[in-house]
Amino acid sequence: METHCLKRPTRRQFLSSVAFTILAGSAAPVMARSISGSLPWEARSADPPVQVKPGGWLFFTPEEAQTMEAVADRLVPADDLSLGGKDAGCVLYLDRQLVGSYGTSSRLYTKGPFMPGLATQGYQAPDTPAQRYRSGIAALNAFTRETKGGKRFAELAPTDQDAVLKDLEAGKITLPNKVDAKSFFNLMLANVMEGFFADPIYGGNKDMASWKMLGFPGARYDYRDHVSKHNQPYPLPPVSIAGSMEWMTR
Amino acid sequence: MTTILPRKDVVIVGLGWTGAILAHELTEGGLDVVAIERGPWRDTATDFNIGYAQDELRYGIRRDLFLQPAVEAMTMRNSTSQTALPMRDYGSFLPGNGVGGAGVHWNGHTWRFWDSDFQIADHLRDRYGAGRIQDLQLQNWGVTGAEMEKSFDRFEYLAGISGKAGNISGQIQEGGNPFEDPRARDYPLPPMQMTYAPTLFAEVTRSLNLHPFPTPSANLSKDYINPLGIAMGQCTMCGFCERFGCANYSKSSAQTTILPVLMKKKNFEVRTDSEVLHVDLDASKKHARGVTYVNTSGEEFFQPADMVLLCAYGLHNVRLMMLSGIGQIYDPNTGEGTIGRNYCYQTNAGAQVFFDDKNFNPFIAAGALGQTVDDYNGDAFDHGPLDFVGGAGINCIPSNGRPIQTRPTPPGTPRWGSDWKKATVKSYKSTLGFSSQGSSYPTRGNYLDLDPTYTDRFGRPLLRFTFDFPDNDIRMSNWVSDRMEDIAKAFGGRQYTNTRRKKGWDSVPYQSTHNTGGAIMGTDPKTSAVNKYLQSWDVANVFVIGASAFAHNAGKNPTGTVGALAFHAADVIRQQYLRNPGQPLVSA
Ligand SMILES: Cc1cc2nc3c(=O)[nH]c(=O)nc-3n(C[C@H](O)[C@H](O)[C@H](O)COP(=O)(O)OP(=O)(O)OC[C@H]3O[C@@H](n4cnc5c(N)ncnc54)[C@H](O)[C@@H]3O)c2cc1C
Ligand code: SF4
Repeated sequence: METHCLKRPTRRQFLSSVAFTILAGSAAPVMARSISGSLPWEARSADPPVQVKPGGWLFFTPEEAQTMEAVADRLVPADDLSLGGKDAGCVLYLDRQLVGSYGTSSRLYTKGPFMPGLATQGYQAPDTPAQRYRSGIAALNAFTRETKGGKRFAELAPTDQDAVLKDLEAGKITLPNKVDAKSFFNLMLANVMEGFFADPIYGGNKDMASWKMLGFPGARYDYRDHVSKHNQPYPLPPVSIAGSMEWMTR
Repeated sequence: MTTILPRKDVVIVGLGWTGAILAHELTEGGLDVVAIERGPWRDTATDFNIGYAQDELRYGIRRDLFLQPAVEAMTMRNSTSQTALPMRDYGSFLPGNGVGGAGVHWNGHTWRFWDSDFQIADHLRDRYGAGRIQDLQLQNWGVTGAEMEKSFDRFEYLAGISGKAGNISGQIQEGGNPFEDPRARDYPLPPMQMTYAPTLFAEVTRSLNLHPFPTPSANLSKDYINPLGIAMGQCTMCGFCERFGCANYSKSSAQTTILPVLMKKKNFEVRTDSEVLHVDLDASKKHARGVTYVNTSGEEFFQPADMVLLCAYGLHNVRLMMLSGIGQIYDPNTGEGTIGRNYCYQTNAGAQVFFDDKNFNPFIAAGALGQTVDDYNGDAFDHGPLDFVGGAGINCIPSNGRPIQTRPTPPGTPRWGSDWKKATVKSYKSTLGFSSQGSSYPTRGNYLDLDPTYTDRFGRPLLRFTFDFPDNDIRMSNWVSDRMEDIAKAFGGRQYTNTRRKKGWDSVPYQSTHNTGGAIMGTDPKTSAVNKYLQSWDVANVFVIGASAFAHNAGKNPTGTVGALAFHAADVIRQQYLRNPGQPLVSA
């Protein structure tokens, strides 16, 4: 029989774990409920993801976006295998991630005290990804201005950009304002790759470019026909959560 | 202000695998049961929608279904000489959250532990002498394999496990695992259809005189109706399995095997989005009165009950016991205290073989679809000439080709740029991986307790890990890695890698959510937290169900044994405890 909520229910149930963390003081927390005597069939389902649409930056300043597009194009260069990170939408993806819960670390444990940790203890600084990009990009451009004749990172030739990125990766560069070069590089690398390989619904992987490149069929959900066809290529093109290429409107 | 609610016969903390099994069994026994679950309600139709369940970013990378560290984090250090710091994000392991618990997004490898595990201290002492195990805190579990057989069988039939028995009543079965203990009957379903990589792995290992067999899986090889009358569908090998809910009703979980029946019962209720803060004891500290919990609006409730069942996942069970003052917290200096003792993990390593001419279609996969070799697991082989005890299963279970996470490249490949791209495209379909899942044996210095500095959002101390891989386990893992190298060579690929386990447990990369111990079962209240029926030695109306009860960890995934222990405890509660409630089932 009963399916009742101790308080009025809200949508966006899938974010409950997040809402839960803000407890008292929040505008609309997910409400606890009590269920007995039946399966609760009424719609309180997890929401589908919302398609990211291009158009304006929500987090990055134009200069920051330009820097990140240059970085994305070096990490994932355009070649005969696929388009580059910039055209694939990796920075659009990143921009929207940084204004969301990922950017603000809202799901993580962010209480102090903050102490430098061992490698086995993981990231221990208080800065969120959003803060790390803000200070990291500024530091990167300050570094290139200082050492590369006043040029911002995006203004360097591709080979020079590669050299800077390699030095960042190796921790050979000291960035201003105590930005840790290696860890900022790793953050950019991880996020650009996410944007390149995630479902296009998040703004990157334009036209499923990376999936076509790999031969990954994407959001298909039934391979029973092909499972025993060992060592034979899978014949169908990829589909995304939003549908196949042909169905997509933009 | 705390609202006092009407009394219940039983309050269950957490509605994952164990909570659902206990709730079902005890409501069948006529008891009035309430489960309090920290996370949200979840079920297949509404939460694991086939239109967007296959979202790697959301579920695989951002881990939407898992416990968020903001809700509860844990701290870690490798030894007492270090300061434990919070795992600000979960990495090494990923606790569950919400109805169904971690059973929603598990892989589904479903094993039985062996009699030589349950009686490990006696077994190894008799075979190799006490000297061999003196650095380890090995203890018998208080049960035998034969005693557990019926409960393993019940869990496997509930879950519709697909596999091939290797030993039915002492008769070795062709194609099964010859090293397993005798079982009464075969698995309910035949093994899954194999993909290319595990098929090749079976051929190669067989040519090396090893004994590959299909990994017993909770991804169903066929449609199935379980003993509760609940129907499940055949797995479609979608490759979005571990870390994801199954949209096909094909992966066994509380949702697909128990809840459709349990939820309709009048004598069962679940309260979601409600976190239990502690168990309330009476003045004697020998009897639990109920539990205190807080809901998402910050309102606090006291739920009185005659029995309290901790089913909150092993690690949370341990912390709740500590926060409630049940038993004495373990002290590694004196060896006294039992809560937090014998925390163990899993000692894994991996190998990859790179080919030029093969296409494995890595995206055709399921969480537990593969082949295993148990020739070097547990005590299946003679350790006489060796300098370690324990072992590892060697598994070829390629579970996905989801490209954010799974992009193997040969050693030396850059991580970005054109060369990275070429190598990634070349290796994506043509790389075969396999891994060893090794045992983890207890030592005096590996334990759980409460952190002195870091607190949760209610200001209560976080659980603290002091853990590193014991030297015995490192030697074990390296020896098994040598065997894996033999296998990797025998594939005849272009090149291979063999990643070895080193000391310095790293909390960042995912390893396994197989955290065991901390409230272990046993025969002596001085060295165990619960008796052989998972009843607290200290507070007789509290039972603690989960991998917290494991006195050590074997080279196998835990949930088959966790499920069996849940049935084992449920049976004794119904048949013995309720005749004499509040009394210890085993006298100390
Ligand atoms: C990615 C992944 C893959 C895995 N693969 C395998 C595998 O292949 N084979 C295998 O054997 N095992 C596997 N496991 C482990 C398996 O999921 C667990 O062993 C199993 O789910 C444990 O069951 P449980 O009932 O003890 O805990 P859970 O299923 O985790 O349930 C515990 C419940 O208690 C709730 N809870 C916790 N604290 C509180 C509180 N204070 N108040 C109220 N509620 C609370 C939680 O929200 C949760 O719902 C995997 C786990 C993960 C995360
Ligand atoms: S692989 Fe099979 S069991 Fe796993 S989620 Fe897909 S259909 Fe379900």
